[in-house]
Amino acid sequence: MKMLLKIAFRNLLRNLRRSTMTGSAVAAGALAMLLFGGFVSYIFAGLETNNVQRIGHLTVFRDGYFLLGAGNPAAYGIDHYQDVMKLIERDAVVGPMIQVITPTQSLVGIAGNFSGQIEASKTFLGVGLIPSERDRMRQWDEFGASRPYAPDSRLSDGDPSRGLVGVGLARVLGLCAPLGLPNCPPLRAPSASNDKAPAVKQDIADLALHDPAAPDSSRQPRIDLLAATAGGAPNVVSLAVSGSEPQGVKELDDNYVAMHLALAQQLVYGRGEHKVTGIVLQLRRSEDLPAARARLAAIFKQNHLELEVRDFGELTPFYGQVVQMFSSIFMFIAMVMGVIVLFAVINTMTMNVMERTNEIGTIRAMGLRRSGIRAQFIVEGALIGAIGATIGAGLAYLIAALINHAGLTWIPPGNASAVPLRLDVAGRPLLVIGAWLGLALVATFAALLPSNRAARLPVVDALRHV
Amino acid sequence: MARMEALAPQTAAGTEPAVVRLNRVAKTYRSGAIDVAALKGISLQIPSNRFSVVIGASGSGKTTLLNLIGCIDTPSSGTVEVCGQNIDELGDDSVSDFRARNIGFIFQTFSLIPVLSAYENVEYPLLLVGMPVAERRQRALAMLEAVGLAAQARQRPNQLSGGQRQRVAIARALVKGPQLVLADEPTANLDSATGASIIELMRRVQEQSRTTFIFATHDPQLMSHADEIFAIRDGELIDHRSGGTQ
Repeated sequence: MKMLLKIAFRNLLRNLRRSTMTGSAVAAGALAMLLFGGFVSYIFAGLETNNVQRIGHLTVFRDGYFLLGAGNPAAYGIDHYQDVMKLIERDAVVGPMIQVITPTQSLVGIAGNFSGQIEASKTFLGVGLIPSERDRMRQWDEFGASRPYAPDSRLSDGDPSRGLVGVGLARVLGLCAPLGLPNCPPLRAPSASNDKAPAVKQDIADLALHDPAAPDSSRQPRIDLLAATAGGAPNVVSLAVSGSEPQGVKELDDNYVAMHLALAQQLVYGRGEHKVTGIVLQLRRSEDLPAARARLAAIFKQNHLELEVRDFGELTPFYGQVVQMFSSIFMFIAMVMGVIVLFAVINTMTMNVMERTNEIGTIRAMGLRRSGIRAQFIVEGALIGAIGATIGAGLAYLIAALINHAGLTWIPPGNASAVPLRLDVAGRPLLVIGAWLGLALVATFAALLPSNRAARLPVVDALRHV
Repeated sequence: MARMEALAPQTAAGTEPAVVRLNRVAKTYRSGAIDVAALKGISLQIPSNRFSVVIGASGSGKTTLLNLIGCIDTPSSGTVEVCGQNIDELGDDSVSDFRARNIGFIFQTFSLIPVLSAYENVEYPLLLVGMPVAERRQRALAMLEAVGLAAQARQRPNQLSGGQRQRVAIARALVKGPQLVLADEPTANLDSATGASIIELMRRVQEQSRTTFIFATHDPQLMSHADEIFAIRDGELIDHRSGGTQ
């Protein structure tokens, strides 16, 4: 084997220019695969981080909520949710995996701003949450893909009347001036023919008078939120809008309202039992997700609880689509690189066989078996692949490090703000090993055909070759 | 000269058995639509421990005969027996192994492996017979010493003269202690003085190692050293002159 490697290596040096060109093709393939792979890995990490910060790894729902809850979230409240949370937290398996466990209430309704000169209303999609736990969730950054998060003081555990709205919704409700939003054209006046609008406005205003949580005075702009309670009765609360938050997706931006859980529960359940639509679990490590999910399902079964668990991938199909799209592009690039390497190595090895035909005849005459000839050329192909892939991987590490230190930023799909542009090559050893092995194997495979031709040469014909 | 015990010929002076037996061997090549008969039913026996020469004009079939004896070609008809082994009975790998153990080749163009040093070229045949590294080293160095190239052991073929390359080729052919060494025009690419020294060297090592040498040649110098001369013309054996055994 030592002699085989020695001869193979020296033969590569013998045709240095040809070997360099072929090795360069392999290196370019490795470089392209690793840089794009590093970029894709970083996109995946960024998307996952973004999702996990917003909606955690897992969410516990009442059975049926995932498919039907959007129509009437209040009908799918989890009874005694605090007991369920304690049950999960105290479990010896899943408990230690959890970083944050927090209840959440989804709701739909109509948001209206009828203060002063403005009369505007719009349907909204709301979420009730515990502000301090929301801040803790947003600090999750397992992959180092997020900018440091500063706690959001616009929401407070101590003031349930405060809330945030999407920038789009703030514009529609005429909150541009008090919130200091740019790009706000004046609202059009309501149509005169719409004779039902004043009645709706009056209904909301009347109901708001009965809202016990409405504070008497505040410098923040206020909107009224109307929703149907779990019992089907209309209910209204007043929300002090302490700020707006871009949501990245326009449909969500035009409808989003975040509020304190207590306010959301008051709106949806009134004086009845306060439930929640979901219990969000953020894990310390994403790799625990399958185990945590399986354990939760077992806990619910053991305790006869009609609950189901969904992960962030199911709750945000966009994540899965992006992962699938980039994975397909990566596979396509890998395939193209593989084909280029395949033909480059076949060409080089075929030329090597032709040039060394007499030498093949000589060593066959000396007693080397056909398999020995085959092995000789296969080892040469493998060496070209291994050396080229190693150089490509080295270059990929170097270029990735340069880009990572250049301070570039970009806005990933679904994000509302720019994040650092990084190529995660160094943090993905499996990607590097996979690309290296893949290209080395393709180069080895490419040498099979010429090596077989060399092995099958009749000895006398090979010796006669000039 | 060193020889592997397992490969030592079971012969004695004056009673040497035939190391090569050809029985009505014919070889026909297909050249386009025409069959060309290179050998036409040759039968001969070559005793061991001889310095034998095959002579004939170009195209007479000398090289074809040597190829068949060297087991690197197969006859169209007839049987070839080398070192007591009927070659027809062996598969491709077995024939390769047989060549690796029993037959050494010396080529007109030296045919050294250009990426290996003189020492590594001589060592290479010993790798093919699976010899341990220490013994390999000892034998290869001794062989280079025997052909007067110990000082050039580390040099590559392109750093050696024609005569030195042929000496390396001789060392490579003899290092494994084969029963048979085949040399096709070994002096054709050398000047007469170098050729004479190479013939002298081969004769000397043949006498020391008691290996059978078979040459295909036009070289009168080489013929003058021969124990046996086989003359062929148009694929047929036309003359056989035998000298005394050693």
